Amino acid sequence: MPFIPHTEEDVAEMLASIGAKSIDELFDEIPAELKTGKLTRVPPGLSEMEISRLMHERAQQDGFYLSFIGAGAYEHHIPAAVWQITTRGEFYSSYTPYQAEASQGTLQLLYEYQTMMASLTGMDVSNASLYDGASALAEAALMAVRQHKTSRRILIPQTVHPIYRRVARTIVRNQAIEVVEVPYDPATGQVAMDKLDQFAREEFAALVIPQPNFFGVLEQVDALTDWAHDKQSLAIAVVNPTSLAMLKPPGEWGHRGADIAIGEGQPLGIPLSSGGPYFGFMACKQELVRQMPGRIIGRTTDLEGKEGFALTLQAREQHIRRSKATSNICTNQGLMVTAATIYMSLLGPEGLYRVAAQSHANTLSLIEQLEKLPGVKKAFNSPFFHEAVLQLSVPADKVLNKLKAQGVLGGVLLENYYPDLKNTLLVCATETKTAEDLDKYTEMLQEALTGV
Amino acid sequence: MLIFEHSRKNRLNYSQAPATRPAKNNIPDNLKRKTVPLLPEVSEMDTVRHYTRLSQKNFSIDTEFYPLGSCTMKYNPRACNSLAMLPQFLSRHPLAPEDTGQGFLACMYELQEILKDVTGMSAVSLTSMAGAQGELIGITMIRAYHEAHGDTGRTEIIIPDAAHGTNPATAVMCGYKVIEIPTNRDGDVDMEALKAAVGPRTAGLMLTNPSTLGVFEKKVAEMSRIVHEAGGLLYYDGANLNAVLGKVKPGDMGFDVIHMNLHKTFSTPHGGGGPGAAPVGVAERLLPYLPIPIVAYEQGTYRWLTEKDRPQTIGRLSAHMGNAGVLLRAYIYVRLLGAGGMLRISEYATLNANYLMAELRKLGFEIAYPNRRASHEFIVTMKEIKDKTGVSAMHLAKRLLDKGFHAPTVYFPLLVPECLLIEPAETESKETLDHFVAAMKEILDEIAAQPDMVKAAPHDMPLRKIDDVKAARELDLVWNPAG
Repeated sequence: MPFIPHTEEDVAEMLASIGAKSIDELFDEIPAELKTGKLTRVPPGLSEMEISRLMHERAQQDGFYLSFIGAGAYEHHIPAAVWQITTRGEFYSSYTPYQAEASQGTLQLLYEYQTMMASLTGMDVSNASLYDGASALAEAALMAVRQHKTSRRILIPQTVHPIYRRVARTIVRNQAIEVVEVPYDPATGQVAMDKLDQFAREEFAALVIPQPNFFGVLEQVDALTDWAHDKQSLAIAVVNPTSLAMLKPPGEWGHRGADIAIGEGQPLGIPLSSGGPYFGFMACKQELVRQMPGRIIGRTTDLEGKEGFALTLQAREQHIRRSKATSNICTNQGLMVTAATIYMSLLGPEGLYRVAAQSHANTLSLIEQLEKLPGVKKAFNSPFFHEAVLQLSVPADKVLNKLKAQGVLGGVLLENYYPDLKNTLLVCATETKTAEDLDKYTEMLQEALTGV
Repeated sequence: MLIFEHSRKNRLNYSQAPATRPAKNNIPDNLKRKTVPLLPEVSEMDTVRHYTRLSQKNFSIDTEFYPLGSCTMKYNPRACNSLAMLPQFLSRHPLAPEDTGQGFLACMYELQEILKDVTGMSAVSLTSMAGAQGELIGITMIRAYHEAHGDTGRTEIIIPDAAHGTNPATAVMCGYKVIEIPTNRDGDVDMEALKAAVGPRTAGLMLTNPSTLGVFEKKVAEMSRIVHEAGGLLYYDGANLNAVLGKVKPGDMGFDVIHMNLHKTFSTPHGGGGPGAAPVGVAERLLPYLPIPIVAYEQGTYRWLTEKDRPQTIGRLSAHMGNAGVLLRAYIYVRLLGAGGMLRISEYATLNANYLMAELRKLGFEIAYPNRRASHEFIVTMKEIKDKTGVSAMHLAKRLLDKGFHAPTVYFPLLVPECLLIEPAETESKETLDHFVAAMKEILDEIAAQPDMVKAAPHDMPLRKIDDVKAARELDLVWNPAG
């Protein structure tokens, strides 16, 4: 039997020990009228060889593309050691480290991860991760409301990832928390400060500040952070972890620094894999640590004073506090964080800087090349990190289809998320793209533009 | 030693990073980072050694028996991992057009169909990234249903006291008041208490069946009737679905919404604490509210259903479609096992649990619900032993580590004092179970002869008992190079 080691003899001995005649008898407490579980639409089992063939066929059907899509999930080189170590059985098949003495490997790794993320974001502390960037934003909003105490409103600029905004709404509206959106400036692609100032007299628990924002554009984070703090709101930073090697970390924004920093951890060694599993990171100031959701690891000692690690501040968590917990979350994305920690260790500060800087430089080069094509211009005039918005003079969906036919995924249509941004593409070139890749894209776009 | 302590300034892994710092840089000076982040500067070999060594400090399914009740620690087939990590699957961008991902989408669609059959529900959404998120989705849909029917007076969710802590935490996160109902002496929900609790304020009931006490709620059909007659809906916490797979379908038990933990029943890896995946299934009446995206199959093509197709959806819960890679592993697992293998999961998990319960009872351990069949798990209570000798469930748990076994779940469910919740899972052989029984016998003897030694366990692990009181009092959450 697949994955079941019992011999007939074993079964007979076990039933004898129990005092039952058959395995079926062990289900005799289930009322007969409920035993309707027969599976009619699950196909018969396959051998490993058969499933292997099927999955290879499906994978080949999907194939490979030269992709310039970013929009919250980024293609980066992942060193071979990252997943070879991560998928060791001792990491892959272990449980949540509740039994600390039997989980020191995972616990120490998570402590190292917390240290790296706190430093990268410039914050005091980090948790051991959340589900993904979008749900991390929702958790940060809930955390801000708990901390602020009087306001149940959150300001989220439209330059924040549109799906993050939707996810945050889905989660926080259960608690009657209102999400108020702030428009962007159509010239700069940044938060429109004049529109933001219209909210100056209203009370908000927090202002969310993306850096870079969904358009790839760099926001005036110092001014935004100070704006939030001047009106006693918290500042929640939504950041790309790769960019933090180059960009001023949230802990240094404005006069006091952001209060909470969250984001999508995928760029740190996690494959794109159709959208998951990724992980969300969350770091914050020390004074907010007891409001932070999710697992947190602390360094301590054993009975004999030897250094060791354990889950801590569990009084915030659902398995202790039940209905009074800070969140219902009872997991982290452990294996993803294992990969991210190994990734950051292999790259170090200089390696991560080069990944960020090369991605930035490649996108700069690509945009410069593309801007020279007739019918293509930058949609916004602000500096950007590693993606940018292009305005096309022709229907952008048709252009994308033509590129796709030649094996190139040319970017994301923004019109789906921003109805005003007709025929615009969000384009990203990370360090994985060569000069030849950029030239190929440029040539193909030129061809596609003339043919539409 | 921490990874940072292997670090040396200006060491760089030249093969992994881009060759140079490019000259092109357009970042305005006021937005540039001026400090160097605290990331280690270690060689590839030292990184590999460090994390390999750390891995060796973990217990895992691949190295130890892990009878962790309610967590379903069973073998994670290797094929599920290697086939889910085929390069085309890994490199596919979530926003890549649907026609470039038909192979992947076919797997997701078939997984939805299989899960519908397994649960007896009308439709399934795969988006949920963990059990607790599945709960959040389920309760949010219950709220959406009542709101859509103008039924705004329903402010309470009823939850048995044996439930996972996530149940009440979820209900509160969804803006509900929790009404806890007790369990009777046989481990079933107290029906009189349920009858007294339901009413016009009841939005729904959250139930785990078999319960976390390791017994099947025999009166589930009656419970369903009581809650429905009061106008509430029924939520099935699928944490223990593996116990009834192919035997009973939650849809047939009257449940309106269910989440199933793929990292339990469908053997996707626990990964040291995630990522999970917990697809949500619904009965017809909740169909419009199901979260998106959902995969549809139309005219020979797979596509994502979005807000346009499902205007009443509660919305999205992740940036893309949840933990796709975990879902692929679960898909491969169900295809390997097939319908017959699904049924064998519940049968052999139940056989192993009842055998282990019988053997431990023979040793003299007190079974919390001695007159009941075990489902896939059961509870031993150490109360009497603790009263006599001072040795607690936690002490025994730590001593088991010394003997090379991961401890069972301890102190959950909260209503059984000094409890050990034991779940062997179907992939363990009789020999392994017998070795575990022998270790439990040894510990019983040790408790009689030298209880203080047992209380001071673990003795043979790399560390003695960890001081978690100190961890909470003297918070040290990040390493500081200055000490």
